[in-house]
Amino acid sequence: MTRYLLVVNFEGGVVDTPMEEWKPEEIAAHLDYYKALHKQLVSSGELVESEVLAGPDVAKIVTSDGVIAPVVTDGPFQEFKEWLAGYQIVDVESEARAIEIAAKISAVPGPGGVATQQPIQVRQVMERAPSNVAEMEAFLQQVGGEH
Amino acid sequence: MPSSVEDLLHELAPQVLGALVRRSGDFDAAEDAVQEALLAAALHWPREGVPAKPRGWLVQTAERRMIDQWRSEQSRRYRESRALLQDTPRRAISDQDDTLTVLFICCHPVLTPASAIALTLRAVGGLTTAEIANAFLVGEATMAQRIARAKQRIKASGVPFRMPTPEEQAARVRTVLHVLYLIFNEGYASSTGRELHRAELSEEAIRLTRMVQRVLPDDAEVTGLLALMLLIDARRPARTNAAGDLIPLPEQDRTLWDQALIAEGVALVNRAMRNGAVGEYQIQAAIAAVHDQAPRADDTDWQQILALYELLEQMTGNPIVTLNRAVAAAMARGPSAGLVLLDAVDERLNGHYRLDAVRAHLLEMAGDTEAALAHYRAAANRTTSLPEQRYLTTRVARLLRDDRSHAGRGERPR
Repeated sequence: MTRYLLVVNFEGGVVDTPMEEWKPEEIAAHLDYYKALHKQLVSSGELVESEVLAGPDVAKIVTSDGVIAPVVTDGPFQEFKEWLAGYQIVDVESEARAIEIAAKISAVPGPGGVATQQPIQVRQVMERAPSNVAEMEAFLQQVGGEH
Repeated sequence: MPSSVEDLLHELAPQVLGALVRRSGDFDAAEDAVQEALLAAALHWPREGVPAKPRGWLVQTAERRMIDQWRSEQSRRYRESRALLQDTPRRAISDQDDTLTVLFICCHPVLTPASAIALTLRAVGGLTTAEIANAFLVGEATMAQRIARAKQRIKASGVPFRMPTPEEQAARVRTVLHVLYLIFNEGYASSTGRELHRAELSEEAIRLTRMVQRVLPDDAEVTGLLALMLLIDARRPARTNAAGDLIPLPEQDRTLWDQALIAEGVALVNRAMRNGAVGEYQIQAAIAAVHDQAPRADDTDWQQILALYELLEQMTGNPIVTLNRAVAAAMARGPSAGLVLLDAVDERLNGHYRLDAVRAHLLEMAGDTEAALAHYRAAANRTTSLPEQRYLTTRVARLLRDDRSHAGRGERPR
């Protein structure tokens, strides 16, 4: 099993209308779609974690040199569209399955029931183990060393 | 919990489960009940003392839980359709047979390797779902679902609770060994601090393989796998630094190697290779034994390692083995002998980061720093394993530093 981070930004896909201007039933259909997908992934045992993030208005940037008090500012941030809106971590058998899930997220319905086609980033989570003990051992048999 | 109680529970868990499944025919419910009985024992035994017949205590407790469970939640129809006591011949069945039968079920080919690993650790290893989830860095709910689905899958496919037939046995043992090997693999690179719970996976894999080896002492591949694990695990104290980064074999402090494990592993591999057909695990163990017996890296018998990799390559036809053979050839006969072998697998392994990693090493040996750097970087960018990536990135950094100092140049941007 391999873990993938599926990231969605505030990039609206083919939909330009902000959600508050959608019809109530369109919003309901949109959220129901997410809910159903979430339920599916929980019952298949593939969902590790899923979160929706608050927007830029309540975000902070922190910098610190580790000596004096950290500097906390309200920005600057990248363009709104590039903002991380939410993510899921799934633990799946293959990259193909991760892509399949990402495609479902991207196909979430917007106004008029049309798929929003939001771009979903699929990022593999690094493994803590080597890919294979025997190979790693062979790998470590290399001459190596301080020259 | 005192470790003696913990050890006892781990030892008894699969036996108790085996006894219950044999009587009830319901692996799913029995597994849940055994988990509860183990928890109860972990709670009571340290305070009240271990009962005179601990196995009997666990069987009885688990059986009561199972009956309670059926009474409380299952429909009448369900109860009637399954008799609690199946008509099974009352022959003498040893506890060890039960342990092995449970292991065969957990590693059944109907399960994916990930499901088999999870189920094996819980049903045979006696680990809690939370412990397994921790070790695999996923949420407890995710792991609980995976285990539940694995059990459903076994139920749905009607896998009988019995030892495989003699015809099936070899293939089924292979699947079991593969699962145990994967568990060992997961714990391999971890040894310090927050990675400790993962290191325990290697110990658990060794414990389970020992158990299988006790039951099947004449199976040369079982003995070979146990030897391989011991010979690799013997180097654990020397394999990572304080930061958890991998240390290459030639740089390891060999005085830290566990000589008792090495002696045991060498004896096992010698015995395995004397009896019967030679398999992959035995050859890998033999290679590990050659390394472990060299007092210094320079004493390594590369000729013998090369011969063993040639044998392994013929046996498996696996191009990855060819990479290992190329390394051995480079060590025994010089880098160009290794590089020639790599050209032969170029097509089959096109774009595989391991090919880049090995080529980089051999080019470095040959003194072609520029080309080595390019291949190290390509490998580091493509690996999805953290320890491997750290190792490869460090090689790049070192090579750049040495290159600078040899050339007598000052700081230069990359």
